[in-house]
Amino acid sequence: MQSIAAAPHIFWAILFIILPLIIVVFYAFTDANGKFSFSNIASLPSYASIFLLSLELSVIATAICLLLGYPLAYIIAKSNPRNQKIFIMLLMLPMWTNLLIRTYSIMAILDNGGILNTLLNTSMHIVGTKGAVIFGMVYDFLPYMVLPIYTCISKIDKNMWEAASDLGCNTFTTLTKVIIPLSRSGIISGVTMVLVPSISTFYISQKLGGGTFELIGDTIERQFVTGALNVGAAISLVMMVLIIISLTVMNKFGDPDDGGIIV
Amino acid sequence: MKKYASRIYLCLIFGILYIPIATVILFSFNNSPSTAEFSGFSFYWYKELFRSEEAWIALRNTLILAISSSLIATVIGTAAAEGIYKMRSKLLKLTINSVTNIPMMNPDIVTGMSMMLFFAAIMGIFRIADYNNIGFLAMLISHTTFCLPYVILSVLPRINELGDSLSEAALDLGCTPIRAFFKVKLPNIMPGVISGLVLAFTMSLDDFVISYFVGPTNFQTLPLLIYSMTKKTVKPDMYALSTIIIISVFTLLIASNIKSIIHTSPKRFKKGGKIR
Repeated sequence: MQSIAAAPHIFWAILFIILPLIIVVFYAFTDANGKFSFSNIASLPSYASIFLLSLELSVIATAICLLLGYPLAYIIAKSNPRNQKIFIMLLMLPMWTNLLIRTYSIMAILDNGGILNTLLNTSMHIVGTKGAVIFGMVYDFLPYMVLPIYTCISKIDKNMWEAASDLGCNTFTTLTKVIIPLSRSGIISGVTMVLVPSISTFYISQKLGGGTFELIGDTIERQFVTGALNVGAAISLVMMVLIIISLTVMNKFGDPDDGGIIV
Repeated sequence: MKKYASRIYLCLIFGILYIPIATVILFSFNNSPSTAEFSGFSFYWYKELFRSEEAWIALRNTLILAISSSLIATVIGTAAAEGIYKMRSKLLKLTINSVTNIPMMNPDIVTGMSMMLFFAAIMGIFRIADYNNIGFLAMLISHTTFCLPYVILSVLPRINELGDSLSEAALDLGCTPIRAFFKVKLPNIMPGVISGLVLAFTMSLDDFVISYFVGPTNFQTLPLLIYSMTKKTVKPDMYALSTIIIISVFTLLIASNIKSIIHTSPKRFKKGGKIR
């Protein structure tokens, strides 16, 4: 009977989570006058190339984050407890600095007339390339990869390391045969936490893409600014469905009790 | 050798992470309007910023929104965590948990879009002509909604950990269920409630994407102000604002860490009523 305490939340969730999503579906299947129509859905294939580009850039960025982040998480988890606290704090500060500020400052450094070019007295064109956008994504979301992996590695029983070396593993095989498999759930939540924001970003591509190419986030934002809400709703709907499917598939491989949230 | 390699790696990554932040702080003290060439030290842009009414209003709005939405989310979320814990049906628990997590799993841009369309529909139904009339309410509802999962996720593990025996003892000793919750359970799950509140507060403070979609023209928050500043050519006053935000966050982070060190010391056993 005391489960009644959840009633306000259930009410809130139905009204402000489920209902808005139903409205998205409604907008996706109607035209500007509110009449049922498939035209928004039919226009989606023309956005396929933009979607694939977003997918490409965010997958590359996630892979780089994993390659850079795993060793970092491993080194932090292996250092002494006092240093661990300091390193984690150092990692969290950029994460708590607003994304707009971080992204803008990278742009100020890499821009054509920016700090890097002024310092080196060169005129490199970095902003406007795919590389710059990928760099922005990696820079902005790297801490989201490191923290869940770190949490996972630091939870692994110390005896596991000893057992592995007793049974003849060297540092490398301990890592590949014991530590990486045991930190799988951390890797999965890290990958999710980097992939989802980077595939849907629009600020990073606006600033570091220099207006030369468009990602799916930019497309949604443009529909919003120009008032083409029905098309925007259709793209959002497809993106949401794809992300929910891929998250469900990924969670099948992870331990549901672990990771996911960083505090 | 291996130790040096890992030291160098740490320095390299942290160096890259901090160079852009350091540049922001450095150029906020520039005495010219350039954000690429440092010509001399001055507080000019800070004075300029403090004179700007827009920045003060945005700061006030951000704080009002973050405080009210995190408080509402904490109250609803804590009650929800207790309710979910008491539920017998596993299916119902699972359904509620998955629905709650939707705003956390969904990209912000989709949540923003759905909220915006929702309020557009509300305006249509109630014949509200000016969005500014419901703008603050829309922001408050949106922020509370995306903060809720974070509160539930930090309170629920505490309730699970605590178990039923204490509340049962309280009931046996004559407490009403409500009194038992406030007198016995709440003090014991307080750390989870507080961390949920802090998390919700920072999430609301930091949010740009959802506010960008939902925000009315008469209620600008700091991230929205920064966005509109970076649309034009940026002058170092944006850097000054960013520096102030970075330094406040840094202070907050250190303060909360000192608190956690105190919490992990043996002193906590002296506090009455706490069981761990």
